Amino acid sequence: MYNPTVARLTYRALLGRRRAALLFLLPGMLLVIAATIRLLNGADDQVAADVLGGFALATMVPLIGVIAGTGAIGPEIDDGSIVYLLSKPVKRPTIILTKLTVAVAVTMVFSAVPTLLAGFILNGNGQQVAVAYTVAALVASIAYSALFLLLGTVSRHAVVIGLVYALVWEALFGSLIAGARTLSVQQWALALAEKVTGEGLISSEVGLTTAVVLLAAVTVAATWFAGHKLRTLTLAGEE
Amino acid sequence: MSVLSIDHVSRWFGNVVAVNDVTMSVGPGVTGLLGPNGAGKSTLINMMGGFLDPSTGGVTLDGETIWRNESVYRKIGVVPEREAMYDFLTGREFVLANAELQGLGGAEAQRALATVEMEYAQDRKIATYSKGMRQRVKMASALVHEPSVLLLDEPFNGMDPRQRMQLMDLLRRMGAEGRTVLFSSHILEEVEQLASHIEVIVAGRHAASGDFRRIRRLMTDRPHRYLVRSSDDRALAAALIADPSTAGIEVDHGEGGLRVQAVDFGRFTELLPRVARERGIRLLTVSPSDESLESVFSYLVAA
Repeated sequence: MYNPTVARLTYRALLGRRRAALLFLLPGMLLVIAATIRLLNGADDQVAADVLGGFALATMVPLIGVIAGTGAIGPEIDDGSIVYLLSKPVKRPTIILTKLTVAVAVTMVFSAVPTLLAGFILNGNGQQVAVAYTVAALVASIAYSALFLLLGTVSRHAVVIGLVYALVWEALFGSLIAGARTLSVQQWALALAEKVTGEGLISSEVGLTTAVVLLAAVTVAATWFAGHKLRTLTLAGEE
Repeated sequence: MSVLSIDHVSRWFGNVVAVNDVTMSVGPGVTGLLGPNGAGKSTLINMMGGFLDPSTGGVTLDGETIWRNESVYRKIGVVPEREAMYDFLTGREFVLANAELQGLGGAEAQRALATVEMEYAQDRKIATYSKGMRQRVKMASALVHEPSVLLLDEPFNGMDPRQRMQLMDLLRRMGAEGRTVLFSSHILEEVEQLASHIEVIVAGRHAASGDFRRIRRLMTDRPHRYLVRSSDDRALAAALIADPSTAGIEVDHGEGGLRVQAVDFGRFTELLPRVARERGIRLLTVSPSDESLESVFSYLVAA
């Protein structure tokens, strides 16, 4: 279910492209913001939670998820080089699961690790805020990677659609329309963060059980569908 | 020894029929898939390579369905037409990755690179390769597992004459070893030089099949049209029409010459200069007016 060669190719494709610069830029911004706030304001649990919730989980994690998830497969399908993977006796679900693993790993490293660091910079993990948001970033990494990997297999405009989802749906509608919040990876991840810190600092729109079930369901369904799409992917000729 | 069978296969994209009820079987040796651009060659090769499902009909390798059956790739090597490869890898890394995906390793990758004579540039990034070098590395990636079937889509595009010769030698060798080698081309000379067997595809239909001599004869025996300008068009016309090798002549005022339709190519090419010399007529222009491959092919379809 995991092919090291496919993984190696995917890592190099993800980290070797110009887009990879964004993977370093966003976490860098988070750390700079955290350090600046700590220097100017001192440690404050509520501010720490606001920064990690407002920037790290609401913006950075989905954006990194878009880059890693769509980038793990989209460009290969677009330019046709996926033919070198498909013309091998390797099961299609293995290709998808390997690419998902790589996308999840990259998203976690570039979003959860900086979240944890930023949390410690902001308030030294007071009231478990840093750990809570790190847990949220970790689970959100899995769901976002699966969703955006699927997007990469079904659409040539995966990045744009991914950005619209991440920024418009999660950030904008999520704060305006109550219903949208229930269908939001961010809120599901927050439910776990809430569990870690206890009442008060972090609140989610959905209960813990619902959140876990939805996270698992979305991840599994998206991955299955991506595998199915890849099995029936047709590479039309130039003509 | 492997045989690819295409059985009453059609493929359409929306309203466009790309391949129309084609039946053929491709066995050991080198087979050329010949046809003008847009005839459906790539669509056919993509179906044989398992990258496209036939709308109707079946494509099988030794009786096994190819579509959605990744185990066939142990026997098939594919050289796609598209340029895109993993440009950020070196040639060696790329071929090694292909070997690993076949369950093989460095030794096989190295041997494949040696076969296509790319060892000298194997440690350069693919992004820096010329078109011919890319083509050879693609070949190496398709050869690592010594497949019994090799599918190549327009493999000679963009190659210089020397590279073309090298690749032809290699494919001939593979055919002689008993592998089933199928390549597509829109250039008759390429196919004629290399393939012992030719399948002709025109406008999605299977137009002709056989050895190149038969196809060549079909192509030469078709009516030829010429535009002829001379010092005395009408006298020349009268002399030509007297011979059975000429089927029709029209005086074309717009062009200022004769439009001649010849039915017996060999005889007409001897007749024209002889008649002109005997009557003291100077030939100013003799140009074939329908030598385009498309017109040759459309004749074949009608035949």
